Amino acid sequence: MSASHATTAGSAGAHAGTQDAAQRELRHHFVDMQQQSNTASLGMWLFLVTEVMFFGGMFCAYLIYRLAYYKDFAAASQSIDVRWGALNTAVLLVSSFTMAMAVRCAQLGKQKLLVIFLLFTMLFGATFLGVKAKEYYDKYEEHHIPAMNFNFDGKLLGHPEYVVNQRHAEMFFSIYFAMTGMHALHMVIGLGLMAYLIIASSRGKFDTSYYTPVENIGLYWHFVDVVWIYLFPLLYLISRTKG
Amino acid sequence: MSENEHHIVPVKLYMLIGGTLLFFTWVTYAVSKIDLGPLNTVVALCIATFKATLVVLIFMHVKYTSEKLTKAVIFSAIFFLGLLLTLSLADFGTRNWL
Repeated sequence: MSASHATTAGSAGAHAGTQDAAQRELRHHFVDMQQQSNTASLGMWLFLVTEVMFFGGMFCAYLIYRLAYYKDFAAASQSIDVRWGALNTAVLLVSSFTMAMAVRCAQLGKQKLLVIFLLFTMLFGATFLGVKAKEYYDKYEEHHIPAMNFNFDGKLLGHPEYVVNQRHAEMFFSIYFAMTGMHALHMVIGLGLMAYLIIASSRGKFDTSYYTPVENIGLYWHFVDVVWIYLFPLLYLISRTKG
Repeated sequence: MSENEHHIVPVKLYMLIGGTLLFFTWVTYAVSKIDLGPLNTVVALCIATFKATLVVLIFMHVKYTSEKLTKAVIFSAIFFLGLLLTLSLADFGTRNWL
């Protein structure tokens, strides 16, 4: 019953219960809610393309320096605790699942469940940032933060005689903090957007004819997840066995 | 336009995708400890790309979208990112050849 309800609700104003939000939110230059929602979604994807290029520049810098300072980057990467990174990957993937469920609840008009799933997404997002803060603190204690009494005394796995170049290791951590820091900033912004969604949905702003903000903030959240899906192997995993 | 309704993805599919993503996170974590030489990087990036594809297609609804331009936008993003990475690495990777 609820499924058929949801599939008919997409056409603007066709469903009596969805009249309010559709009338309130439909801008005059759009034909109907469907067109308005498609347009907003396309705009969100265009924004995400600029984000891909933004993070892409940093991925490119990482790959070039890794090519140039291969052994030093491997040694520096080996000093990061992979278990925290793996835990954070799992936490972020679960938060993406709860976000997908939140969008589904918005599609079906289940407002209470929507708020619950958004709260879970915020909880997992905050957990991710907490683990990240713990990792940063470990790096601070080890003097692995660039330009802050930086000192790298780690060794390259399988090559204890190799003297790691301090400046090259510092470059690894510069890129590590730039990339994970920008990613964490996106998470913080995402948490702010989540808080907005929770307030707006509690006030009854969304129904089955209008939930564009839920959908587009969901796209943003999944994008941030995709960035981490690549950061995790590149920064944590691919240097673990090199010897 | 009336047939362009929002597709409701079944909860079971979301759970299956979520489970698959977590399983492959464990796989990539476990494989990273085994020495495969240069293949470690290849395997890690292939698993990452597989996971990212699942997120984009299912969680981000690209598989179900009625807006065809979205797919063109995504392909252009992948294309230009590929251009940035391959040409930059082709440059820096071959400078020692001279």
